[in-house]
This record gives sequence, C-alpha cells and structure tokens, in this order.
Amino acid sequence: MQVTRRQFFKICSAGLGGSSIAMLGYSPTAALAEVREFKLARATETRNMCPYCSVSCGVLAYSIGDKSKNAKAEIIHIEGDPDNPVNRGTLCPKGAGLLDMVHSPNRLKYPEVREPGSNEWKRISWDEAIARITKHMKADRDANFIEKNAEGTTVNRWNTFGFLASSAAANEPGYLTSKILRGLGVVALDTQARI
Amino acid sequence: MTNHWVDIKNTDLAIIMGGNAAEAHPCGFKWVIEAKKERKAKLVVVDPRFTRSASVADFYAPIRAGSDIAFLGGVINYLMTNDKIHHDYVKNYTNAAFLIDEGFKFDDGLFSGYNAEKRSYDKSTWSYQKDKDGYAMVDETLQSPNCVFQLMKKHYSRYTPELVSKVTGTPKEDFLRICGMIAETAAPNKTMTVLYALGWTEHTVGSQNIRTMAMIQLLLGNMGMAGGGINALRGHANVQGITDMCLYSEVLPGYLSAPTDADKTHEEYLAKRTPKALRPGQMNFPQNFPKWFNSLMKAFYGNAATKENGFCYDWVPKKDGAYDAMDIFERMHQGKMTGFACQGFNPLASMANKRKIGDALAKLKYLVIIDPLATDTSEFWKHHGEFNEVDASKIQTEVFRLPANLFAEDAGSFTNSGRVAQWHWKAADGPGESKGDSEIMAALFLRLKELYAKDGGKFPDAILNLAWPYRQPAKPAPEELLMEISGKALADVTDPADKTKVLVKAGDQVPGFALLRDDGSTSCGNWIYGGCWSQAGNLTARRDASDPSGLGQTLNWGFSWPANRRILYNRASADMAGKPWDPKRPVLRWTGTAWGGNDIPDMRPNAAPDEKVMPFIMAPEGVARLFSPIMADGPFPEHYEPFESPLDSNPFHPGNAKAKSNPAARVFKGDMDSFGTAKDFPYVATTYRLVEHFHFWTKHAHINAVLQPEHFVEIGEALAKEKGIQAGDRVKVRSNRGHIKAVAVVTKRIRALEVDGKKVHTIGIPLHFGFKGVTKPGYITNTLTPFVGDANSQTPEYKAFLVNIEKA
Repeated sequence: MQVTRRQFFKICSAGLGGSSIAMLGYSPTAALAEVREFKLARATETRNMCPYCSVSCGVLAYSIGDKSKNAKAEIIHIEGDPDNPVNRGTLCPKGAGLLDMVHSPNRLKYPEVREPGSNEWKRISWDEAIARITKHMKADRDANFIEKNAEGTTVNRWNTFGFLASSAAANEPGYLTSKILRGLGVVALDTQARI
Repeated sequence: MTNHWVDIKNTDLAIIMGGNAAEAHPCGFKWVIEAKKERKAKLVVVDPRFTRSASVADFYAPIRAGSDIAFLGGVINYLMTNDKIHHDYVKNYTNAAFLIDEGFKFDDGLFSGYNAEKRSYDKSTWSYQKDKDGYAMVDETLQSPNCVFQLMKKHYSRYTPELVSKVTGTPKEDFLRICGMIAETAAPNKTMTVLYALGWTEHTVGSQNIRTMAMIQLLLGNMGMAGGGINALRGHANVQGITDMCLYSEVLPGYLSAPTDADKTHEEYLAKRTPKALRPGQMNFPQNFPKWFNSLMKAFYGNAATKENGFCYDWVPKKDGAYDAMDIFERMHQGKMTGFACQGFNPLASMANKRKIGDALAKLKYLVIIDPLATDTSEFWKHHGEFNEVDASKIQTEVFRLPANLFAEDAGSFTNSGRVAQWHWKAADGPGESKGDSEIMAALFLRLKELYAKDGGKFPDAILNLAWPYRQPAKPAPEELLMEISGKALADVTDPADKTKVLVKAGDQVPGFALLRDDGSTSCGNWIYGGCWSQAGNLTARRDASDPSGLGQTLNWGFSWPANRRILYNRASADMAGKPWDPKRPVLRWTGTAWGGNDIPDMRPNAAPDEKVMPFIMAPEGVARLFSPIMADGPFPEHYEPFESPLDSNPFHPGNAKAKSNPAARVFKGDMDSFGTAKDFPYVATTYRLVEHFHFWTKHAHINAVLQPEHFVEIGEALAKEKGIQAGDRVKVRSNRGHIKAVAVVTKRIRALEVDGKKVHTIGIPLHFGFKGVTKPGYITNTLTPFVGDANSQTPEYKAFLVNIEKA
C-alpha cells in the first residue's frame, strides 16, 4: 500500500527516459551535480487521515527513516491525498498545519504526576504511573462497587469513577476502551460526541 | 449524515443552518460549490452571523440564535398550507396516515402528560391507535382529525410568517423567499440537502431542531435520495466511529440500549428491546436485537459467556440514572466521585460553566489525563494568572498525565461523518515515551487484572474473564481489534431453511450482520460494523476510488456502515413500484427479481414492491415518523426560548411561564440560580469555530497560532457604537457565571434584529483559546456558558445565552 517517492521517481524515470526531463533542463549531469537528493525522494509515504473535523480528509505523511528499530522515522511533511475521493488532495488551514501539531512543543513525552497540594509536575516511569493509578482505581472500586441495589437486583456497577473518551482515537482503541470500562463496571462514561 | 460528503454534489438546493461548513468543514464544503457549478444548485444560509458559508450563498437570511424551530415550523406551515409536499412519498413512506390516541393533546405549549415537578412527560397518550392484532391503525385518506397529517397541520398552523418573523427576527420577505426555494424541491425529481452542525445540537431544543428539518425533508420526499438527506457535519475525524462504538453510558457498541436497574434478567432485557412490527409485513429490523447483544457478549467474554448464564448478562453494569458528561460533573461537584479519567478530552475548556468544572475536578481524589498534549484540564489546579485563578496548595487531587500518540503515530480506522470507515497506517512513533491509546488502556487493565487475581477484591469475575485473545497482550493490534469488531463464526453458521447448508465456517469472519446468531455461535463487537473485515480482508483499507454511477458512491473505497451502504433509506429513492423518483440520479430500482442499482439496498433484496415492505426498516412501523412518540419533549417539535432569553416570555405562549423554555429539559439544583436575565445581561451570545483552528488542539500548533493568535469577540457596528467600542479595543464579556476578556472585532457581519418589538444584539465568541498553548494565553470561552442541556441528548446550550459587554 505504501510506495516511496523514491520508487515513484524510479518508475517515472524508467518511463520517461532522458527525453522530457532532459528537455526541461534536468539533465542527468545536472542531477549528479546536486548537493543532495530531494528530501521527499528518500521519504516514506504513508496514507493517513487528518484527525480534525469529520470530513476526515486523506493525507499523505512523509517520514525519513524506514520505521525500523535502528532507523526511527520522523515525519517531515504532510499533504492532502489526491486519491481520496472526498478531499481530492485539498486541505484547509487546519489540515495544512498538521506538521506543527505533530511536532508541537506541548506534546507530552513521558508520564508525570502532580501530587496533592503540589505546584509542579514530576516525571515518573510508565511502570510507576500505571502502578499508582491502578492502586487508586482498585481501592476506589473495592470501596464503592455496588453488586446489588436496594431491591436486591444484581447491578454490578462502579459509579464513583468516571471516564471521558476521545473522539480523536480510532475505532479500535475506542472499542477496546468500551470493552474494558464495561468489564470494570463503569457507568459514568461519556464522549465528545455529546458536545 | 444519512448521505455522504461527495453526494452533496448531487443536490439541487443546499441549505446550511446551524452550521458554517465553509469554515468548519472546508474540504467537504467544496462539494456544495461543485453542485453550484455543475448542477446550478442554489445555496441558502440562515445564521445569526453572515458567515463564510453565507458569503458564497445565493441567499442569506439572519436569524436570532435559538429560534430555529420557529423558523422551521413556519416552513412546515408554508409547505402544508400551500400544498407543496410530495404526496405519494408522505402517504406511503411516513406515518402521516397513522391514527393517534384520542387522549393526545397540546395545550398552550405543553403536551398531554406533563409533570411540572419532574420536568418530564408521561407519554402514554403519544401513541398509535392499535387494532386487535396489535398493529397501528391508519387512515389512508389522511382526513381523520386524529391522523398524524391533520394533527401536524393543526400544530404548525400557528407558525404564521408574521409570528415567525416576530420570534426569529428574520425579515418576513426573506423567510418567505426561502420557503419558496425549499418548496420547489417537493417535486419528485428535485432534492434539497441539509447541512447542519453544532449550531443546531447545542441548544436545549437541539434534537428537536434537527427533527423539525427531518420532518420537512420527509414532506418534500428528500430522504433516501441522492443529493438529499439530513447531514450532520460532525466534530472530530472519528467522532462518528466513537459514537458508533458507544463510549457513552446509554448504549453498548452498535447503539444497543444499555441495561438499567429495571432490566432484572437477560430475558426481560431482551424482550423490552426487541419490538414487534407495528404494521403487517414490515422488516422491523430491531427484532434482531438478541443476535446483536449475545454476539457482543461473546466478543466481550468469550467462552465464559454461555446460554446458561445469559451470556454474562449480569456482568454488564446496570445504570440507575443518567451518566452523561453534565451529570458526571454534577455528581463530581457534589463530591460523589472519587476518580476520573480524560482520554483526549479537555473538559475544563469544552464543558459549560468552567468554574463549576474546575471546582468539581478539585473534589476528586485522582485524575488521569491520557492525551498527546498538555491540556488546560491537566493543569486545572495550577494558577495561570487571571485566566485560571486557583490556589494549587488547596487542591488535593492527585493528577497523572500520560502521553498518548497522535493520528500519524498509530494504525487504525476513522469513520467520517458520512459513515465511511477508512484505515490509516502508522507513519512514525510518537515523541519520547508516548504510547497508543490501546496500549495505555491495556496497561491499566492488565495491571488491575493482576491485582484482582493476586489480592482478590469486589466482583473480580468480569475482570478476570474479559476476553483477551491478543497475540501481544500488552499491545492489542488494531487489526485484531477490527476483526473482533466485525465478527466471526465460533461454530458453523447454517442456513435456517436448510441446516445442512453451512453459510459461514467456524473460525471465519462473518460477511455481514445478517449472519449473526443469538445462540452463541457468533461473536461480534459491533453489529453495525459487521462484515467490515470479512474473509476478503480489511474492507476499510480499500482504496479503489472508481465511481461507475457518477454519483460519487465509490463503493470500493473504505467501508460504509451498515453493510457498505452509502445512502441510508435508499429504498425511498424509488416509488412504490420500484422506479426511481429521479431517473437521472437513480440510487436503487426494482429489477423485476431484486433490488439493484448504485448502492447496497436498504431493503430485503428480494422484497418485491407489491409486498409493500416500507423503506424505514429500523422502525417497527416501516415508515418514517412525522409524529415521534419517543422524544422526551414532545412528538412534534415546538418553539421554546433558550434558558437565557432576551424575551420575557415565549411569544407562542405569552401567558404560560412553564412553556417559556423547554419544559422537559433537565436543570440541576442550583443551576437555575446561575442563569442570568435580560435586565443584567441584555445581549445574546453564541459561540463558534474558526477556519484556522480546531477546538482546543490547534492552539498548540505554531502555524495555527500565527494565523489566529489571540482571543477575540465579534460585535455588530450598532452595538459597538452604543457601547463606544472601537475595533481592536479590549473588552470584557460577562455572563452570570463569570467573565472573559478579549479583543473586539467590530463587523457588519452581525446585525441587530427586531424581535418581539425590541432590538436584539448578538455577540459572537470563538471558543479556541485558553491558558495552555502557543497562542497568546487567554480566557476559556466556556467560562460564560450555562450548565443546561438538550432534553434528549443533554448537549449543553452553548449557542444561545445572555451576556453583557464593556470596554475592559
């Protein structure tokens, strides 16, 4: 599904030979004289979707690095996907700024905690974050879980813990979140779809 | 959307009301321009502001925020009085002919059954008269005074052009001109498309705003047609998908109504949700509810879910009341919640009445933020100057912030507003130690499971037995999850007519929801997505944009739920004999042996027209509801004023204070006192979005912050003059709940309107700013908005409230 621009260029040049490209002034000699290759020529192109509004425009994300462990990919350019039948390559001012969203200085990079009464964040490990959060959750659930209501009906709910789910998440984590929360007995559950 | 983005190009008339597609959905809006260019379609915009959409409209009319039902009820009156309706469609495909209980009444703004103390209705008289077999009775002549058609005509006869203009502020001649344009699409071969967004939903009458327009579309015969429909232009790229996965308390994945305390047993639960057909021979598709629910339980609990234990029905938590976001914050504010998590959600900025939200969060023991960005909510406890005046030392909430990936850093499917699910691929890892949402949820769940296995605790069964068949338990793959959502056969699924014929082999993915069973032999995480990952593979990943129909259906691009159907109710695009109403834009036709054409039929494929199986297969009636017995606030929409209104009374019911604002909208104790009156807050405010920003995300992106760096409010020239405000002045906008300061933009785009004999000014307030981000630090707009929501959806009333303004 993914064709790199470099492969694309190779395919093109095989078809065009030296004819039209040379006529436009891009002779092979001139190309060899370039200081470096075009960035997009060595980028990996990935089909993705703009996460903003519900037009869900198709985008092409270009990254350098082949996504393997020793060549971590970095996204260097995002543009509209001209094959997408809805946006046909166009992007609005929101979508056109996606690269700055990906590289926002306000991206969270590691787990943090702000302790009661404190005025600052403290960096913690994932392991510590998960351990501390689940300790809270279990204590809360064990203290407040309702197995039967006053009439004796089995209700199995935990309503002292609430969850607001993301509409920016994909269907798969959305479904998994729903499955897990119902499994825990959560009923105070809502989503951005409401507002 | 009942239709889809590209289908907008097939319309004859686009009406944008309660939205501003040119600004909020620009790349979808271009299909309106395509329709204008290629089909000579017209565009009508009705909005309090002369928006970017209005700037390219053929006709624009202003309207007072919060008076849409008055306008649309007036359109209904116009169509019925002037006989501009699609008769065959209305008679056959709607409940116009159905007879209503003789006890049904509407009296000075209140429907029969109102209980003022509970602010709700006993709906027993809002029902069909039934015959001895339990079928609804009809009068095909449409003449009975108790048939829906006559009741509706009477109800809307009060919506005269004069009264409409008095309530909405829309000049009468503008209103009538729009009525005339709409009425032209009553011709069987003409269609109108309706594009709306939060400008309709974010009112205490939000659901009824939309319903009124749906009724108009039914009178005109525009539902199911190419270029027609009711099209909600929704929020996020996957807000539709997350709605479908049902991450809200009322429903389980696939809109399966969640159990409540009243549903004591599995049998009782299923029986209440499995309706009987209300007319002979109808498909009554919800009769399959047990198949959908039991298959969901197999996806959730695998082998633990058996016929004997009601497929683990008792493990599903039962609701004892409302748990929508406003209700959750109300509980939190009352100190009834211990913990809370926000996944990609910034409620401090996006919920109504910021002060109440901040106070509520401060009462929690723990708060977990799962987000790619440092949100305002994550720092609700931190003093950010005048924008967030709190004392951290007094706030005891322990706050965790977990870094999540963004769109480009995970694979998965997003479902667009047109119900088309499209797969996307991962382009790079997220920054630092960030993880995908599935991995984060799995980490929390697996640790809890370990704790319950080791230490025990309250009701561990549902936790220990939650089906977890993922190859890497800590990293459920999106492919595995979508396959689970789509569904598979656990045992051979056979043909009910011939048990020896195997339709789906054990272990295979099901080709669609029609193959789901209620006996535990199938598993399906969300029936409406059934078949999106069939034996043919991941259909959401399809990228064949070919369009032989020319209608833009692209049936091999992605997967559109349900069943890859692109236009809902498409059977209604053909007449009773199965011939398309518009032969130039045929969606479906009866070929003599089956339904076929340019879409997946929304009909049993071999239902011959003379069987009279009607197109609205999800309704037990088989037809669409002009009269809806299930709404909380009335079977016919009625105009009610916003909870904060510039008027002293509802001009439709000047003598009845109970009918001023929606009598069935929920108001929490204490919140009634937080509403302001026109005496102190004389101006109508409405919030909106800008083309350069998306909600509260893009204030973190440099280029968007450069394009729109600072909070502003928009006021008309007349009000600016009255208040001595110049463009560029800093102004303070106050509501009864707090204030914001911002830069004034003085504009011709908002005009003062004559409403009920007085001049009403409107102030427009974009919502994108806050104290976290790379834009200039600013106030949160929702400091101003009231904590009250729509009677049906509990969506807060962000679009019409009262403020005052002065130079800061």
